[in-house]
Amino acid sequence: MRRFSWFNATSLTLGFAFLYVPMIILIVYSFNKSKLVTVWAGFSTHWYGELLSNQSMLDAAWVTVKVAVISSSIATVLGTMAAYVIVRAGRFHGRTLFSGMIYAPLVMPEVITGLSLLLLFIGLNVDRGVMTIVLAHTTFSMCYVSVVVSSRLVSFDQSLEEAALDLGCSPLQAFRLVTLPIIAPAVISGWLLAFTLSLDDLVIASFTSGPAATTLPMKIWSSVRLGVSPEINALSTIMIALVTVGVISASLVNKRQAVRQKREEQAAERQS
Amino acid sequence: MALDVFAPWDDPKAKPLIQFKNVTKRFGDFTAIDDLTVDIFEQEFFALLGPSGCGKTTMMRMLAGFETPSEGSILLAGQDMAPVPPNQRAVNMMFQSYALFPHLSVWENIAFGLRRDRMPKDEIATRVEEMLRLTRLEKFARRKPHQISGGQRQRVALARSLAKAPKLLLLDEPLGALDKKLRQETQFELMDIQESTGTTFVIVTHDQEEAMTVASRVAVMDEGKIVQVATPDAIYEAPNSTYVADFIGDVNLITGSVETEGETLRFTWAESQPAIVGASTKTFGKAQNVHFAIRPEKIAISAQKPEDAANAVPGKVLDIAYLGNISTYHVQLAGGQVIKAQTANNRRISRRSFTWEDDVWLSWTDTAGVFLER
Repeated sequence: MRRFSWFNATSLTLGFAFLYVPMIILIVYSFNKSKLVTVWAGFSTHWYGELLSNQSMLDAAWVTVKVAVISSSIATVLGTMAAYVIVRAGRFHGRTLFSGMIYAPLVMPEVITGLSLLLLFIGLNVDRGVMTIVLAHTTFSMCYVSVVVSSRLVSFDQSLEEAALDLGCSPLQAFRLVTLPIIAPAVISGWLLAFTLSLDDLVIASFTSGPAATTLPMKIWSSVRLGVSPEINALSTIMIALVTVGVISASLVNKRQAVRQKREEQAAERQS
Repeated sequence: MALDVFAPWDDPKAKPLIQFKNVTKRFGDFTAIDDLTVDIFEQEFFALLGPSGCGKTTMMRMLAGFETPSEGSILLAGQDMAPVPPNQRAVNMMFQSYALFPHLSVWENIAFGLRRDRMPKDEIATRVEEMLRLTRLEKFARRKPHQISGGQRQRVALARSLAKAPKLLLLDEPLGALDKKLRQETQFELMDIQESTGTTFVIVTHDQEEAMTVASRVAVMDEGKIVQVATPDAIYEAPNSTYVADFIGDVNLITGSVETEGETLRFTWAESQPAIVGASTKTFGKAQNVHFAIRPEKIAISAQKPEDAANAVPGKVLDIAYLGNISTYHVQLAGGQVIKAQTANNRRISRRSFTWEDDVWLSWTDTAGVFLER
């Protein structure tokens, strides 16, 4: 055990304060009775009720979830396919170029991605709406999925696939019965990453949406421009709660699995 | 009654199961297999032995169908294998890493290949139980691969590759991951299983002891070529080249020139030493430069000059390597050459007859060594 020191304690407090004080203020003020955000007037859950009866807010939430689910699912399929080809195709001419091109959107400024997609949709004369946001989100989150999946595929023992072929699988069966179940955790985390990226994207959605489709971040952004309302605080608090619960439960499940696997391996070694 | 010796390679009428016909395999500029021709017979336990990078794994991968020959052809039971993909070959492989499917139980791993053949459920169950019994894994059927030990995993891999009753089983360094004791036990298990199933085994290994123990024939490989194919005793006692003699076991190699004198050969190797007398079935030219190869255990070591030995040279003990069961003496001769001689320690160490700096005589018979062309 390391001993307690004032230096450590101060660094820790400063660091965490920097990260969490703004969020705590937001959460506290979401329970404010007063309509004025900056004046505390007692505890109330009034704004949560108000939020649930705000139809346009609920519509925006629904659009956001719909876009996130559809785009992250498509991105996961495409991203996994891209990762598989890049990792498995071996050496071919232009391999470095291809893999570089897959990762380029990671570092591309969002404004540029959004603008280029907008120009494309205008050029093709596509009506902008939920569909176009889905396409845009798929485009940029696909590369995140392929990064996550390919890092798993690199450490994947290729003789597993050869063993499947050797035992009578067609290449497609080998992928379905052996590769996919083993890389599933990476595919799922790729999906989750794409999902969260789509949930909180504001810039690209603003470029590619039409008048009929407004996502939650867009809604929040536009209402904040008219002044911060306690309603927005309440909405943000709900989002923070959802994310926290998600992250904590995912890490608990992971940890439990790791502990169990380690215990079983030790038991196996003892028995032999 | 004498047992029939299993030696189909000496029978000109025997039909080989596998034929490599002038097979060459190139990866870019690199030639992994160089114009290789060899026959492997049914029920053989055939070992491919060589240092890493000699092409033995490439040969195995071509048999499994993961690589195709650049030139030449590979026949299995007379049929050209080139157009047959790996999943349609009656060949199964046991991988060096075992390649057990981590998400499936031991039972499901073994059943994996049978399920692909659309075998009825009850037949699959019977076959899997049979394999579990053969490899003594009944207790672990429900476990996942990470829940069993290394030795058990090795047996699961073997059971899985044998489950489909292949014509040919390929084993890629199957015992490399096991410790020495377990490896020796497993070698005998492998031989038992090979005999009881009657399957043809081809094993790839860089461990010469393993190859000698399990194989009916050993192919010693070097740089994409097979240097010698023979039974383990022939490889050891009658190597056809200095490479094979040096690769298998310990050997003293002496250079010199040889003269044929009727039935015997006289080998001149140092000015101050008498010529070595040997018997050879091979004929050599006049004063041909050759190597004389002799195994250390064939050389006797004694304090006095033995009376009736065909060859005897004096020397001084330079070093002693004590290995428990045997001791290796490094003996320096008058000309400066160091010869290794081995004796079995059938007495306790306190009774050892020689020690460092002792003057000794080395002796061997006229058939103890072989002459090899350079």
